[in-house]
Amino acid sequence: MTGMIAAASSGTADASYFARAERREAWSFALLALPGLVVIGLLLIVPVGWLFVLSFIGKDGGVSLENYARLAQPVYVITFVTTFQIAGIVTLGSILLGYPVAYLLSQLSPRAAAICMIFVILPFWTSVLVRTYAWLVLLQRRGLINSWLVSLGIINEPIPLVNNFIGTTIGMLHVLLPFMILPLYSSMKTIDGDYLKAASSCGASPMRAFWDVFFPLSRPGLFAGTVLVFILSLGFYLTPALLGGGRVSMWSMQIATNVSTYSNWGAASALGVLLLVVTIAILAALNKVFRVDKLYGGR
Amino acid sequence: MAGMADKARRRILAILVASSALVPCVAAAQDSVTVAGYGGAMRKGFDAALVNPAAQKLSLKIRSETHSDLPSIRVQVQSGAPAWDLVHLGGDECARGESEGLFEPLDLSKIDDASVPAAARGKSWVATNYYSVVLAWRTDKVKQPPKSWADFWDAKAFPGRRAIAGLAQETLEIALLADGVPKDKLYPLDVERALAAIKRLKPQIGVFWTTGAQSTQLIKDGEVDLIAIYGSRVSPVIEDGSAVQFTYDQGILGYGCIAIPKGAKNAAKAKELALAMVSPEIQANIIEKMDNYGPVNAKAYEVRKFTSEQLAKTNSSPQNAGKQVLIDAAWWAKNGDKAEEAFKSAILQ
Repeated sequence: MTGMIAAASSGTADASYFARAERREAWSFALLALPGLVVIGLLLIVPVGWLFVLSFIGKDGGVSLENYARLAQPVYVITFVTTFQIAGIVTLGSILLGYPVAYLLSQLSPRAAAICMIFVILPFWTSVLVRTYAWLVLLQRRGLINSWLVSLGIINEPIPLVNNFIGTTIGMLHVLLPFMILPLYSSMKTIDGDYLKAASSCGASPMRAFWDVFFPLSRPGLFAGTVLVFILSLGFYLTPALLGGGRVSMWSMQIATNVSTYSNWGAASALGVLLLVVTIAILAALNKVFRVDKLYGGR
Repeated sequence: MAGMADKARRRILAILVASSALVPCVAAAQDSVTVAGYGGAMRKGFDAALVNPAAQKLSLKIRSETHSDLPSIRVQVQSGAPAWDLVHLGGDECARGESEGLFEPLDLSKIDDASVPAAARGKSWVATNYYSVVLAWRTDKVKQPPKSWADFWDAKAFPGRRAIAGLAQETLEIALLADGVPKDKLYPLDVERALAAIKRLKPQIGVFWTTGAQSTQLIKDGEVDLIAIYGSRVSPVIEDGSAVQFTYDQGILGYGCIAIPKGAKNAAKAKELALAMVSPEIQANIIEKMDNYGPVNAKAYEVRKFTSEQLAKTNSSPQNAGKQVLIDAAWWAKNGDKAEEAFKSAILQ
C-alpha cells in the first residue's frame, strides 16, 4: 500500500515502473506460495479449528465448558504433571548427552565427522516402533542388561528398568537425541576456531576458552535443540505406551483413550486444545527470553 | 504399426465388453457379506471355525475387514451407509450398541435358554464365542501353584512380580474375587472396593498390560511371574515349551458377539449368516479349532464326539465352565465408561 502511494505521488515514469514490477513480483510470490497455503489451510487450520469448536460442545450437543471442567480430575492433573516431568528430564538428558557428541563431531575432520554423523542419523532411518521394542529386549527383567549385571555380580536381583518411568525416559531420549545433536552440530560448525586460539593466546585456559567463547557461540543451536526436543516430548505417544508398562500416562495417551475407549471427541479435543495452547505459550515464552525466531532465520 | 495398434485396441475392447457382461452374473450367483472383526490369531480361528463354514453352508462370499471397536461402527451407522454387514465385538459393546440403536433387529426366536443363555444375547445381537481371563504363572519361579485370585493377591505366600490388564473390564471382577466377594454376588460390581484391592496389590504389579500380544510377551520372557491373561494368549506360550501354567479356577468368562449395523447393505444375508454362526453344528467347530475359547451354544457339545483333550481346552465345556464366573455385559454397557475412568485414575495414583 505505502509503495503504491509513494509511486503515485512521485509521478515519475521510472518510479511507477519499479513499483509495478515490485507488485508483480509480490503477486507471483503469493501465487507460488498458494499451494502450500492451501495444504496448510486444509490439513492443519481446518481440522484444528474443528477440534477447537468440538471442545466447546458438551455431551448434549449444546455449547458448554464441561470438557474443560473434566480436566480438573486427578487423572488429568497427574498426566499433565507427568508429561512435563518427562519432557523436562528428556530435554535435560539430551543436552547432557548430545552436547559432547556434537562438540566432538564439530572438532573432527570432515571425513571422520561424516562417518560419525551416520551413527547419529542412522536411528532416524529405523522405525520408532522397532527401536522401542529393541529397548524392551535390552531393558526387561531377563533382558541383556539385567542378565549381564547379574552374571557379573554387580547386582543380585534384576532392577526394573522398563515398564516404568525410567524405561520411558530412556526410550524417548534415544528417539529424540538426534533432534538435539543436529542443530547443535550445525551451530558449532560455524564457530571459527580462531576465536578459541585468540582466547588461549590471551592466556585463557582451555576450560575458560570453552565457557567464555565456545559455549556462548553455540547457544543458538542449544536453544533450537532444546525447543525441538521439549516440544516433541510433549506429544509423545508410542514410546511411553510401550515402555511405560501402563503406569506412565502422557497427554497424548489420554487423548487416545478419550477417542477410542470413551469415544468422547469433545473431551479429546479439549485435551488437544490445551496441549496446543500450552505448547504455543512455552514457545512464545522461550522466544521472548532467547529470541528463538532468530534461529529460524527471522530478524 | 497402425494396424497392430488397432487390432490391440479392438481386442481390449472385446475383453472389456466380455468382462462387463460377466460381472453381474457372478454377483447374482453369490451374495457377498462384509464381516468386520478383530485382527490377529483370534480372527483366524474365528473365521476358520465360524464365518467360513457358515458362509459355505449358505453359499455366501465373505469379505473380511478389521474394525476399531464400537466407535468405528457408531461412525459408520451415523454416516447412513455402513460398509460392514456383520461385526464381531466384545459383549459389553453389543449391549451398548443395542441401547444406542446401532444394530438391525435379529430374530432369535429359535434360540432358547437351553442353547444360548439369556445373558449372552439381546434383541439385535448374539454371543458367538466365550473367552477367558485366567491366572497364569511361571513354574520356574512360583513353586506352589496358585489356585485363586486371593493367592494372586498374596505376595507373601506367592512372591514374584505380577501383571494385570490396564483395562477395567475383567480386572475389577478379579480384584473383587481376590477380596473375598463370592462368585454369585459379584454384580453389581463394587468399583470402590475393587480399586482399593488393586491399590493394595500395586507394589507387586510390574506391568499393567494393554494388548494381548504384550501380555503374551510378559509371561513368555519372564518379565513377570504371575499374570492375569486371556486363556488363548497363554496357551501358545505353554505349547512353545515355556515354563508356564494356568488354571481355569476363578477365570472370568466373557464373550464375543455379532451384530448387524443398522442400514447395512446386505443385512438380510448377514442375518442368515449370524444365525448360522450360532447354530450347534457350526458352533461345534470352536471346540476343534479355537483353543481356549468355547461355544456359547450348549448344544454344540451334543453334535459330535469330542476328545477329552479338546474338552479340557474348551473354556465353556462342563468341566471348565463351572470353575469360572460369567461376565455381566449389561453391567459393563451401562457403567463401563465411569468404571474405566476410575480404574485408570487409580492405577496412575
